[in-house]
Amino acid sequence: MRIVIGQGSCGIAAGAEKVRKALLAAHVNPADVSITGCIGMCWLEPIVDVYDDNNQLTRLVRVNENDAAAIASFMETGDSSAVESLKVSEEDSEFLSKQTRIALRNCGIINPEQIDAYTAAGGYSALKKALCDLTPEEVIEIIKTSGLAGRGGAGFPTWFKWNAARQSAGEEKYLICNADEGDPGAFMDRAVIESDPHNLIEGMLIGAYAIGAKHAVVYVRAEYPLAIKRLKNAIAQATEKGIIGEHIFGSDFSCDFTIKAGAGAFVCGEETALIESLEGHRGMPRLKPPFPAQSGFWRKPSNINNVETFANVSWIINNGGEAFAAMGTDGSKGTKVFAVTGKVKRSGLVEIPMGKTLRDVIFDIGGGMKTDKAFKAVQMGGPSGGCIPANLIDTVIDYKALGATGAIMGSGGMVVMDESTCMVGMAKFFLDFTAKESCGKCIHCRIGTKRMLEMLERITKGEGKEGDIELLEELCYSIKDGALCGLGQTAPNPVLTTIKYFRDEYEAHIKDQKCPAGECSDLIEYKIIADKCRGCTLCAKNCPVDAISGTVKNPHVINTEKCIKCGKCYSSCRFDAIVKE
Amino acid sequence: MDHKTVDLSLLDGVLAEYASVKGSLITILQHTQDIYGYLPREAIELISEKTGIATSEIMGVGTFYTQFRFEPVGKYLIMLCQGTACHVNSSELILQTIKDELHIEDGQTTEDGLFSLKCVACLGCCSLSPVMMINEDTYGSLTPEKTKKILKELREAAQQ
Repeated sequence: MRIVIGQGSCGIAAGAEKVRKALLAAHVNPADVSITGCIGMCWLEPIVDVYDDNNQLTRLVRVNENDAAAIASFMETGDSSAVESLKVSEEDSEFLSKQTRIALRNCGIINPEQIDAYTAAGGYSALKKALCDLTPEEVIEIIKTSGLAGRGGAGFPTWFKWNAARQSAGEEKYLICNADEGDPGAFMDRAVIESDPHNLIEGMLIGAYAIGAKHAVVYVRAEYPLAIKRLKNAIAQATEKGIIGEHIFGSDFSCDFTIKAGAGAFVCGEETALIESLEGHRGMPRLKPPFPAQSGFWRKPSNINNVETFANVSWIINNGGEAFAAMGTDGSKGTKVFAVTGKVKRSGLVEIPMGKTLRDVIFDIGGGMKTDKAFKAVQMGGPSGGCIPANLIDTVIDYKALGATGAIMGSGGMVVMDESTCMVGMAKFFLDFTAKESCGKCIHCRIGTKRMLEMLERITKGEGKEGDIELLEELCYSIKDGALCGLGQTAPNPVLTTIKYFRDEYEAHIKDQKCPAGECSDLIEYKIIADKCRGCTLCAKNCPVDAISGTVKNPHVINTEKCIKCGKCYSSCRFDAIVKE
Repeated sequence: MDHKTVDLSLLDGVLAEYASVKGSLITILQHTQDIYGYLPREAIELISEKTGIATSEIMGVGTFYTQFRFEPVGKYLIMLCQGTACHVNSSELILQTIKDELHIEDGQTTEDGLFSLKCVACLGCCSLSPVMMINEDTYGSLTPEKTKKILKELREAAQQ
């Protein structure tokens, strides 16, 4: 029998490394213990997969160090009764069985630190096929047939960019991977790099061959240290095997590979800003045209794609463009990976064919809400996207259909919200983000986002004025028209979608000075319901400003003059006796 | 916090490798920060001398990116995630707890030099939200109580 422990960032943060050490301390043979990347069932971490000699899997979830002895005995005797309580439920297993995994096909299965594990799973066969049997034009044709579109958010046809870079004059060209996954609430790219780095390398090398580039560069966020470590390791292994370097697989194609760590700037997800950053400058976008395909990194023809886009490439080369295009809708082909988080029961990585609905992802796969509150909205596309309300839950996952709601497909962040989330507060959260991340080059973005943030701050404090909503809308449209790059042009989306679908919430804040979700602290009051209060004194003890008075076993009272609305009493009460109004 | 004399010889290796490679400024600054924990003024001047990039330009790049610091940080650097999932799962309460416990604001360091607090962009561990990273370790599913316990344990570990 052998053990595989899920060791993506999430798994490690949940304690997977402690579990691994505890297993070794419990005398499990080190040769039987290996690791894998992100299995995708993040809410069940740490996860330990036990395979018997017939490769039958027993998946153990939410394992901690104290379970090591039981697992060790299971390994020794084959009797699983001791680990019965750790086994994944059938319901939870459906989270994976209902998915279709292409970009994530090896994630959580193979060891990301060993190239042999990747080649045993068929890895690098697509690169060999491309280099030995296909011309660059044929590769581009296959990608065209597949209908693969940029998974970073914009959804631009991949073959078109590749072809434009191929057609550009010049000997020296660059292929760049954008792994600057900056959308708050998105972690698909991190999972791919941490769990299957060779798949990214293979997809990039095929892309480099197609456009005629001799240099491949990955720009990774510095906030992803484990991804950088595993990618460096994978590059070293591939170089040693001759898969990176001169005359790859005996062909005329040669390519080197470098990693550059970003230094923390959301705007660097914009391709020209990313190029500026690669060159060691402030990450400020360039005017387009010229597009990177004509003049990019060091002013040479360059092509930039996102991690997930590359992660699909080797599968497409091996299985054909038609197989990929068979999945999805008319305008959106293949699968898409989503990072489903927030108030959803099963949060993790979901890859499904385009054409499924939001309901399929959030309720069928995600299991619905984790609280007893109702589903309110889902945020897609991060600061560039928008909030889609509950009544549009049957919207199909397709670039066009999602765009029609005012949100975007985005890179794959899907943050689920219940009734306790204030939508004005949500808009303020994103504007606070974009105002801080605006690079300052153009006025519309630099000052426009700041002015919008100030208005949203006023509204959430109950200081909104008649006409604020209209003024916000006007600002939104002028920023969309006037901003230089994608960051500014899409920054108004969170505001526009929340006004479109939750206008009544804005009005409640402005006209009645009320926050219907009970989130904006300036607009709520905490009260104790005398009938429910048992006089346990816990709230009074927790109050940092001594605003709660009362004696043991008698109902307590909050002095609203003194109360700073920190909510500590509300979260500490065990009898639901404290309400927000 | 005192600015002790900065041993610039520690930079020799980094500058030898990158000073003449074009486009390496950010990489050099990252290595410099790894060595000193921040970007000391003396180091910036040396980098300018060796690379030929004006100090004003180095400062322009350094201040543009959130990763770079110009002051030393505490023994424990708390990076509190400000991502969407954390926001939806009440990261505000965790921020308040840290501020109350350590009596510092975002960007500040405690008087004893033990803790620095920095609110950062999404750390990408959204399913464990709310999340913080302290130095290299990630702590997830935080509650005010759990946060207090972690800070207490680190304080005790530092005193031993």
